[in-house]
Amino acid sequence: MTDTLLEIDRLSVDYETARGDLKALRDISFDVRKGEIVGIVGESGCGKSTLISSILRLTAPNTRFRQGEVRFRGEDLLQLPERKMRDLRGADISIVFQDPMQTHNPVLSIGQQMLDIQHRSKASKADKRARAAQMLGAVGIPDPEARLDQFPHEFSGGMRQRIAIAMALMSEPDLLIADEPTTALDATLEVQIIERLQELQQEFDCAILFISHHLGVIAELCDRVVVMYAGAVVESGEVREIFHDPKHPYTRRLIDCDPGHIKERARVLPTIPGEVPDLANLPGGCIFRDRCDQAMPRCAAEVPPLEQLKDGHQAACWLNHKEAAE
Amino acid sequence: MSLLDVKDLKTSYGPVNVLAGVSFTVEQGETYALVGESGSGKTTVIRAIAGLAPAQEGSVKFEGREIRGASERELRPLRKDIAMMFQDPVGSLSPRLTIRSLITEPYRIQGMKERDLDAEAKRLLEMVNLPAHFADRYPYQLSGGQARRVGVARALALEPKLILADEPTAGLDVSVQGELLNLMNDLRERLGLAMVIITHNLNVVRHVADRMGIMYLGRLVEEGTTEAIFKEPRHPYTRCLLSANPEPDPDARLERIALKGEPPSLLRRPKGCEFRERCPFAQEICIQTPQWEVANGHGLRCLAPLS
Repeated sequence: MTDTLLEIDRLSVDYETARGDLKALRDISFDVRKGEIVGIVGESGCGKSTLISSILRLTAPNTRFRQGEVRFRGEDLLQLPERKMRDLRGADISIVFQDPMQTHNPVLSIGQQMLDIQHRSKASKADKRARAAQMLGAVGIPDPEARLDQFPHEFSGGMRQRIAIAMALMSEPDLLIADEPTTALDATLEVQIIERLQELQQEFDCAILFISHHLGVIAELCDRVVVMYAGAVVESGEVREIFHDPKHPYTRRLIDCDPGHIKERARVLPTIPGEVPDLANLPGGCIFRDRCDQAMPRCAAEVPPLEQLKDGHQAACWLNHKEAAE
Repeated sequence: MSLLDVKDLKTSYGPVNVLAGVSFTVEQGETYALVGESGSGKTTVIRAIAGLAPAQEGSVKFEGREIRGASERELRPLRKDIAMMFQDPVGSLSPRLTIRSLITEPYRIQGMKERDLDAEAKRLLEMVNLPAHFADRYPYQLSGGQARRVGVARALALEPKLILADEPTAGLDVSVQGELLNLMNDLRERLGLAMVIITHNLNVVRHVADRMGIMYLGRLVEEGTTEAIFKEPRHPYTRCLLSANPEPDPDARLERIALKGEPPSLLRRPKGCEFRERCPFAQEICIQTPQWEVANGHGLRCLAPLS
């Protein structure tokens, strides 16, 4: 396929620990097409962060890539020499982190930091500065030229996150990874960031991999959604399919748990009882089995594969399996 | 007599007046939510109540006793009754203490020597659904959600009458968030606990708060029962805030009301209504300063309220 930008193909990643190998990612497959916004949802510990650091190859020293490929424009990033990887980071793939308060260097002006990240460009200093001001304008910072000389503490949280986005987009990357960029912000700023990302995505025509556990934000922003649980993809599909016709019990429970769905005040909010399994000591069969109210004997015996249910909608659950009806 | 009675609380850091007069009350067993933009002073309010931030003017009465400006020695016995849950779950735990020491520290500080600390640690961990062997762990070995639950356990250790919770569910997954809110609702019913909760998540407010106050630039601009405010917000800022709440439905049609510009600097507070320059509904009269007016338990600071 020519329009596929990023392909994660059967990726498995372990962390070597004193307790044994922690199977942080197991057999992960999904892709991101050019100019598309793909959301990744899942609870803490589901492997979202390991996935991001694997794509960027900024992994901890005890990380072991067991199998699979991370193909970016057809090239397996896991095989690239570090020198080439460095050329990609920040230029073709860039990232916006969770906490806008800690992303910037507090002792350098925003302008200086925006000049520094253009170190690859041969342009003159004046041109680089003009480019920085232009990017600040693009993310809606008023008076960009004057504000370049200000320091991070002189900006509000929402502005700092928009500056982080401006910096990430400065090199016009093909892929922007946004790691929970709105978690630290209040509702009005959150909406501001989502709308800005949507506009910029149109303007720069980049693909966005958007990681969040805020279902409302995912529903509003993304074209497609990948649902992860305990290091595996359990479901993926178009955003409407996922929210209106979820095919994995975990996805269904996750959506039910979102208090945004419950308009009347509830005395007891729905939860998913039980705990995420220990990744160093995985049970056999389906990983969600212990917490699933629809589990069958087969779920304990065999791991359900991620199956194509209909065009572009996949789920890993025996309930959808044709033989389940028997 | 209200459990907590905050009147005209003012805090300045040098020339920056962060709180420009905040008043509200919390009854026993009641949950009161403070919402508003980052930087509107929510955290300063609850820190000032707990004696952790200065408040130069105004009054904070707890069970009828004035506690603003109380010395550390006077505050110490009160800390048994007023517990705080901090915003940063990992940062609020000392990195060099085990979870056992952290959650039983309140007993040691209050000199409750007769308690069996191991048993208490076990009970508290169980209460917040953490396995007992976590007692021997250190904060760096916890995930954000687990650290958050340790924070809850520590706040509940002494069975306080009032909990001040600063963003207790930020960064938690929906399921864990549900568990935590259910736990807090349950404790409120069983122990008659009152809570002041700060959150950005309006869906959380709807499910836990009896009443809510909306802050803008260090002042309350609207206050009322959660139900009334969600149903019919009267201050334009409240309307904007509520309209910004993303819905977990890709087909939801949201009528967003956009806020103009950035929050003004606290060093140069606008004249007249301080929200005027950003208000999509501003009128000529808004050049005058609006007063706080209460009708049927619904407080409002606006000269051109929405109906």
